Amino acid sequence: MRPPVLEMCGIRKSFPGVVALDGVDLSLQAGEVHVLLGENGAGKSTLMKILSGAYRKDAGDILMNGVPAGIQDPGDALAHGIRVIYQELSLIPHLSVAENIFLGAAPTTFGVLIDWRQLHDRAARLLSDLGMEIAPATPLHRLSLAQRQMVEIAKALATQAAVLVMDEPTSALTSREVDQLFALIGRLTARGVAIVYITHRLDEVYRIGHRVTVLRDGRHVTTRLLSDVTVAELVRLMANREVGEHFPRVRTTPGTELLRVEGVGRRPLLSDITFRLHAGEILGVGGLLGSGRTELARVLAGVDRPDTGRIHVDGEAVDFRTAADAIAHRIGLLPEDRKAQGFVGGFTIERNIALPHARQLAPYGFLPAQCEARLAAPLVKELHIKGTSTQPVRLLSGGNQQKVVLGKWLAGHARIFIFDEPTRGVDVGAKVEIYHLMNRLTAAGAGIIMISSELPELLGMSDRLIVMHRGRIRAEFTSADATEERVLTAALGLAS
Amino acid sequence: MTASRRLAHARQLGTVLGLVVLSGVLWAMTPHFLTVPNLLNVAQQTSINAIVAIGMTFVIISGGIDLSVGSIVALSGVVLGLALQNRVLLPFALALGLGTGLACGLANGALVSWGRLPPFIVTLGTMSIARGAALVATEGRPISGFDPAFRSFATGHVAGIPSPIVATIVMYAIAHIVLTRTTFGRYVYAIGGNEEATRLSGVSVRLHKTMIYAVSGLVSAVAAVILTARLNSAQPIAGMMYELDAIAATVIGGTSLMGGEGTLAGTLVGALIMGVLRNGLNLLGVSSFLQQIVIGAVIIFAVLVDTVLKRHRT
Repeated sequence: MRPPVLEMCGIRKSFPGVVALDGVDLSLQAGEVHVLLGENGAGKSTLMKILSGAYRKDAGDILMNGVPAGIQDPGDALAHGIRVIYQELSLIPHLSVAENIFLGAAPTTFGVLIDWRQLHDRAARLLSDLGMEIAPATPLHRLSLAQRQMVEIAKALATQAAVLVMDEPTSALTSREVDQLFALIGRLTARGVAIVYITHRLDEVYRIGHRVTVLRDGRHVTTRLLSDVTVAELVRLMANREVGEHFPRVRTTPGTELLRVEGVGRRPLLSDITFRLHAGEILGVGGLLGSGRTELARVLAGVDRPDTGRIHVDGEAVDFRTAADAIAHRIGLLPEDRKAQGFVGGFTIERNIALPHARQLAPYGFLPAQCEARLAAPLVKELHIKGTSTQPVRLLSGGNQQKVVLGKWLAGHARIFIFDEPTRGVDVGAKVEIYHLMNRLTAAGAGIIMISSELPELLGMSDRLIVMHRGRIRAEFTSADATEERVLTAALGLAS
Repeated sequence: MTASRRLAHARQLGTVLGLVVLSGVLWAMTPHFLTVPNLLNVAQQTSINAIVAIGMTFVIISGGIDLSVGSIVALSGVVLGLALQNRVLLPFALALGLGTGLACGLANGALVSWGRLPPFIVTLGTMSIARGAALVATEGRPISGFDPAFRSFATGHVAGIPSPIVATIVMYAIAHIVLTRTTFGRYVYAIGGNEEATRLSGVSVRLHKTMIYAVSGLVSAVAAVILTARLNSAQPIAGMMYELDAIAATVIGGTSLMGGEGTLAGTLVGALIMGVLRNGLNLLGVSSFLQQIVIGAVIIFAVLVDTVLKRHRT
């Protein structure tokens, strides 16, 4: 038997504070579609980034056709015939299909002038070879998303490719476009290309996959033939884990209703969202990336306006036009991307904490001396924010930055907190500290909406849970009847 | 003091040091440089650019750019000149001139905020429109000969100090307080530092951006009043290239074109460096052609120093 096209053995990779991959194996046969499964953060992307040369592995071996392949950078990976199609496409909208396919490698005359005829001929031949009905001269921006993806694949295959990695290729496609894509994948495997297929859609897996590898917490769980494994087993394999982490949730009896959301929708990512949040409660919001979780957070924080539905705060109907309206109703958003949305990196801790309240601090527009410091000092102490008063927040650790964002809302006596991925980019010690802070907030009568991709965190900290799928609430659980398996099943949109 | 603070101070001191060294060199080369009449002359000549650069500093700290200031100087001056020529009372004529600058600034700000257009494009357009309007209104001819009461804005003295210098100092003092002690000033830095985070903090970014460009338009009109009084003439071709001088003074003074940081003290020193350099090169008899090369080199050098310092910081 021939050696596998690609073998990755015992791949290890750690980042400060986390082991992302802990001895992962993956092998690919020519002409195989190998499905890679795992929750968010299981290590799929890291593994593929190592394969494509974007990251360097700490340990382990990569062999191509039985020969060690020293992949140090993206150039090496390309030279070995490894091609990755990313979720965000890397094409240039205003160039033609043919120009995009041969970007940086266009045929030339005398080494300088682009040989347009040859460029178009070669692009046309490649496209028809792949069974794509796209005219090479079409500007890219006129194509549908699915067609662009086809062009992206054509670009990847313009030079000899042995391994093609596809990361959630169908996430934006209609079912007919998915059929076209799968037909193309069939033609590619018939030519001996090996495909690594990453997806969250378990229904697709059986249509095109031959084997499946499941990763969990950076470890290799299993590799099986898809014909030997059921959907239910796959879900269990993805979710099942030892209870090693500590979630110090102190439950309180829920009090009065703080927030009522009725039939809220915003095209195209959010529809018919209905739930309540009570004082003293943590409501977990689960769902995969793109399920509408972050869009929900933005609507509740007044950043985006809903098209439909009603929001009530303390029993009173509200209509948020701007973030300021939500803040006035004592709602605070701790955004997913702190650096881009949570704080001003060049500002000190106190200026960041005071920013939403500057108007209240300065009755005639003039900020009294030290007023920001006076507002911030007790919060810096209470939240144990480590940093000096002159230090820009940019230079603080992720955990301290998160506390600064929380401090912004505590300074305004917020009662409804929306934590979007509260512990992302935060080290383990600071994580537990943030959980303790959440406990203190709820003990003091606040309500928390906690959006998280980390199932253990979601299950460990929430009193109730809603799970979103394609912009809708797919399931609702109490903390007693939520299990990783059930939450994941709902998040994947499978029937439970 | 933290490392970044120290560096910020080092940057400020570096600019001041640059000014001192430059002055020392010029003094050594031409004794006439360090005489009271010449220094007053430098300060007066610098005052126009220094005032325009106040607005530019606000705009650049907020992450924008204003290319229209030179044309606003011309248009405001022309409106003022026409008003005076038509015997409008001085206070009303001033109000018309200043109002013109303010209106241009508001238009810039509204198009940037609500029109969501890039500041570069909006102010490039305004630059051409305002210049054209000034030429149309005057049929391309200067308006000259104003009464002494008006001319005293440039020729008068307050406590023995020429009034343009007094005006510059007063405006810098006010603008400094606005930038460092008011909510508006805080928002200028916040918007330049992280616009999205500022918006999510409940700040009306659109309103404040509009105000920032309005400030720039208004101070340009103040510069126009002084310029018109000094020349005793309102000229539709006045203020050519002022935008570039103001940007240069701002960046030499340490304000980052990326937004979020900068000081007015730095800008004032930056404007002085440019004024001293021009004056010194004139005294030394360096041709105006060669002067442009020297000034260009100084701008690039100043920003280079800034970039190198920042690279060490991160």
